[in-house]
Amino acid sequence: METETTTADPLVLGTHTLQSRLIVGTGKYASYTQMQEALAESGTECITVAIRRERLIDADGNNLLDFIDTQRYTLLPNTAGCFQADDAVRVARLGREILLGLENPGADWVKLEVLADTKTLLPDPVATLEATEKLVADGFQVLCYSSDDPIVARRLKEAGATSVMPAGSPIGSGQGILNENNIRICLEYLKEGDPDYPVIVDAGVGTASDVSRAMELGVDGVLLNTAVAHAQDPLRMATAMRLATEAGRSAYLAGRIPRKLYATASSPAEGVITDQPR
Amino acid sequence: MQILLNGELREVKPQTSIAELLDQLQLDNRYLAVELNQQLVPRQEHASARLAEDDRLEVVTLVGGG
Repeated sequence: METETTTADPLVLGTHTLQSRLIVGTGKYASYTQMQEALAESGTECITVAIRRERLIDADGNNLLDFIDTQRYTLLPNTAGCFQADDAVRVARLGREILLGLENPGADWVKLEVLADTKTLLPDPVATLEATEKLVADGFQVLCYSSDDPIVARRLKEAGATSVMPAGSPIGSGQGILNENNIRICLEYLKEGDPDYPVIVDAGVGTASDVSRAMELGVDGVLLNTAVAHAQDPLRMATAMRLATEAGRSAYLAGRIPRKLYATASSPAEGVITDQPR
Repeated sequence: MQILLNGELREVKPQTSIAELLDQLQLDNRYLAVELNQQLVPRQEHASARLAEDDRLEVVTLVGGG
């Protein structure tokens, strides 16, 4: 087997190439300054943003964009808060319009979320599929937030999704990856005959080991927000997430040893000077 | 006449354009997108798009999110 010695191992999502495999959200930080610092520590080049009504009353309120270097980061607008396919299409178009105005490269893609209910925030698979078809037809590169159901994932890919992003566990729950086997099957189905098709674990990350674990399974990237924003020390957690992404990716590429039930000595059995038990 | 601006009733002069309204609201249109009756209005059309009675206008921006 050829050994990859190059350290360049970018995440390719459609026409976008990112040097970091971590995508970080911009919500729920204590302050915009803290967000700025956490994003920098995380090493990410791609950050998600939401689209909401402009608050028309307090005109002196700071805008998120005053705290984001749009030259440095590719913005990934989401359709969070949408429960209908048509609403997600509207919101995606509004996001594209804003990003075109900012001349940000993220204008041609969207993180599609079409949710089913407010308690679980689980995606509505039927509406997500419908919205994917419409957005692909409208020229978007669609990154689909999905459940970890491999069949749904395959349908979304067939509908033209640029990436399918199965949830590890519910949004903001911090439960990590609840069903690794489903993520494995998603990877197998989505990458069958198409090994470069990008799969991202989106949602549910609680701490660094969740990220490493996801990367070790062979996913191409991880998208997270709350795990950093609500950590007791968000900057330190952002650093941990960066390292965990790199560690997990390297471990995946290195190829882990098989699990065995019994021990195998690391030191030679030959030449020992002591009596050995049978 | 009245329109619905971001879900709230607002009195505007007849024939007001979207660009004029944004100007009155002192909003920087680089950070915004506008939807009129659920149809996106690209920024290059803000000056020509005129509002009518009972129009529903959404003016949105980016906020933090995951």
